[in-house]
Amino acid sequence: MSTPQLAWLPDPTVATKGHLWDQRLSQAKDAAPDWDTLLDLARYNLNFMRTMKLDRVLTRQFPEPPAHLSVKPVRLALLGSSTINHLIPSLRVAALRHGIWLTVHTGEYGSYRQELGQDDDALKAFAPTLILLLLDARHIAGFLPRNADQAAADTACQEVVERLLPECWREAKSRYGCPVLQTSFLPVFPRLMGSAEALLPSSSANFITRINALLAASCHKHGAIFVDLAAEATRYGLEAWYDPSLWWRAKQEIAPSAAPAFGELVGRSLAALAGRSSKCLVLDLDNTLWGGVIGDDGLDGIELGQGSPLGEAFVALQEFALRLSRRGVVLAVCSKNDEANARLPFQKHPEMILREKDIGCFVANWNDKAENIREIASRLSIGLDSIVFVDDNPFERSRVREALPMVNVPEIPEDPTLVPDAVAAAGYFDLIELSAEDLNRSDQYQANLQRQSLQESATDLGSYLNGLDMTLIYGAFNSTNLSRITQLINKSNQFNLTTRRYSQDDLTALMADDTAFGLWFRLTDRFGDNGLIAVVIGRDAAEGIVDIDTWLMSCRVLGRGVEEATLSVIAAQARARGAIALRGTYLPTLKNSMVADMYSRLGFTLLEDRGIEGKSYILPLTEWMPATTSITLSSEF
Amino acid sequence: MDARNNLYYLKFGVLKMNRNDVVEQITKIFQDVFDDPNLTLKDDTTAQDVPGWDSVAMINIIVAIEEHFNIRLKTREIDGLKSVGDLYETVLAKVS
Repeated sequence: MSTPQLAWLPDPTVATKGHLWDQRLSQAKDAAPDWDTLLDLARYNLNFMRTMKLDRVLTRQFPEPPAHLSVKPVRLALLGSSTINHLIPSLRVAALRHGIWLTVHTGEYGSYRQELGQDDDALKAFAPTLILLLLDARHIAGFLPRNADQAAADTACQEVVERLLPECWREAKSRYGCPVLQTSFLPVFPRLMGSAEALLPSSSANFITRINALLAASCHKHGAIFVDLAAEATRYGLEAWYDPSLWWRAKQEIAPSAAPAFGELVGRSLAALAGRSSKCLVLDLDNTLWGGVIGDDGLDGIELGQGSPLGEAFVALQEFALRLSRRGVVLAVCSKNDEANARLPFQKHPEMILREKDIGCFVANWNDKAENIREIASRLSIGLDSIVFVDDNPFERSRVREALPMVNVPEIPEDPTLVPDAVAAAGYFDLIELSAEDLNRSDQYQANLQRQSLQESATDLGSYLNGLDMTLIYGAFNSTNLSRITQLINKSNQFNLTTRRYSQDDLTALMADDTAFGLWFRLTDRFGDNGLIAVVIGRDAAEGIVDIDTWLMSCRVLGRGVEEATLSVIAAQARARGAIALRGTYLPTLKNSMVADMYSRLGFTLLEDRGIEGKSYILPLTEWMPATTSITLSSEF
Repeated sequence: MDARNNLYYLKFGVLKMNRNDVVEQITKIFQDVFDDPNLTLKDDTTAQDVPGWDSVAMINIIVAIEEHFNIRLKTREIDGLKSVGDLYETVLAKVS
């Protein structure tokens, strides 16, 4: 009997930093609470016992979310039809692994419908921000009549997928104001006709297969978030996830030994919801993208392409990377090489799938890789925690892990044929939905690099900016771009004056609120559309003041006068509401020091300095004139 | 010695696990499950003697033992356990 592993994470029974994981946990247990230490301990291939032990320390030291955590805490209600309590430690530890503080409430055994169908005091008092609906396959198969013919089976299938479950999701939304994570169902039933199972309408196994096939689309249609448990279970197989002896003993459908993998599956959805999916894949070259060393073996000597198993495996990894980039992951190269050598295969090798144009940032030199990864993050204007670094060399991996603990560094199998699956299994790039922005992101970064090279060639910044032909398009929040706005509000950390997080429902309420306004901004230039790059929320306050509740911007468009142009739009909006002044607030976090003095730079006067509690500023509008920028404004009101 | 290495040597017949090894390793598992590093077990210890030893803890013990020793305990074997001593013997029969 195998056990699902978190195989991309380091082995806790191998000493790191001179200590075994178990010793480090004991030290953490007796030390002052430190979130980062626990987060580091969560990033190991933990079995269910180690997960339980870490969870004990976590819940003892952090009964409340730690201060200064930039990710909104999650209050998860776990509702199920069988035993689910044994999964809670793994859920909390998986959330920790993704930097999220999670608290869990479970309902009474098997009473999810009562809890969703009528006001449940305990659940109301808990005030969930998310509900995980985890129903066991036997419960679902109970909706199929025992002697069902084809028509009855079809009806039952529709009943579950189009009525029962969507009703639960709607109830969750209307009663508790939160979205639902809906898992697919484990194929636990013995098959009665083998490959011909689909011909038997009364087959429970076939019923579950059919429902699983329809569930993703139904979730999408009705606004639930789909968690594909059945697909994940194929990695180690049903026997690793489901133990009939534990079902009959304790009604545990997911075995405790699979709980860490289950927690991780949910943790990825939490991370994606919080906008924390990784954005950039940084690749080593020699023995990662091709076999051999380009500097020694030369263009003809490296192993790449059809004809040998390893040559084909390296092609497969490149193909995988290219497909990731087509759906929004930015690719970068970080290699210890002379740059000319490193670029040669991208330019000349006939079997290369990746070409220079596919690489958003190319760094090849002899410097420390951790430093180079910092450089890549800064050139692409993304956070280090949204980078995944793939390198065949264990030394480089542990060096980067140690110097930059926030960078995701998966363990890589020594056999190159296994690498694409290993990176995919790590799930760093998992999303819950695909936006047009995701599909265009790589192009946007590529265009950004062209802008940078133009910047390097243009000596005078003003003439460079004028040459960009920038237009800032803006408008009020609307239902079509609300999900993208929510995503930005919840993931922007660096250029974010107040780091206030709002759910989509909060923003829907705001759209109906006469005393507040929400603005979105998108920027186009001669290289393309940068997409939605800034969000502002203003609120009417006393004495003719408009409070800038939220102001955030994508770092991709820094240094182009977008802040000034944005301010002129805010000021115009405020004036139109009869305001005589704008009040700006800066709330410091660990990540937003880049905007610490933005309001002074924009001509605001400091009103009050409360130190780490923040600063407030005022800008009288009566005689204020907007600064000149190279940006044309275009209203979409 | 690390349990994993133990099993490695066992597999190749270099090392046989004796009753003391089994007792020691199962005691460690109990200490982890009940979060009590000072917990001691006797052969006649039963669920009544250990605070918190309910059906949930029992499953955690069984699953941890199965994973640690890489063995499988049958439902009838689990149901037949009267004391910790029975557990030692059942495990020992499978690993020696």
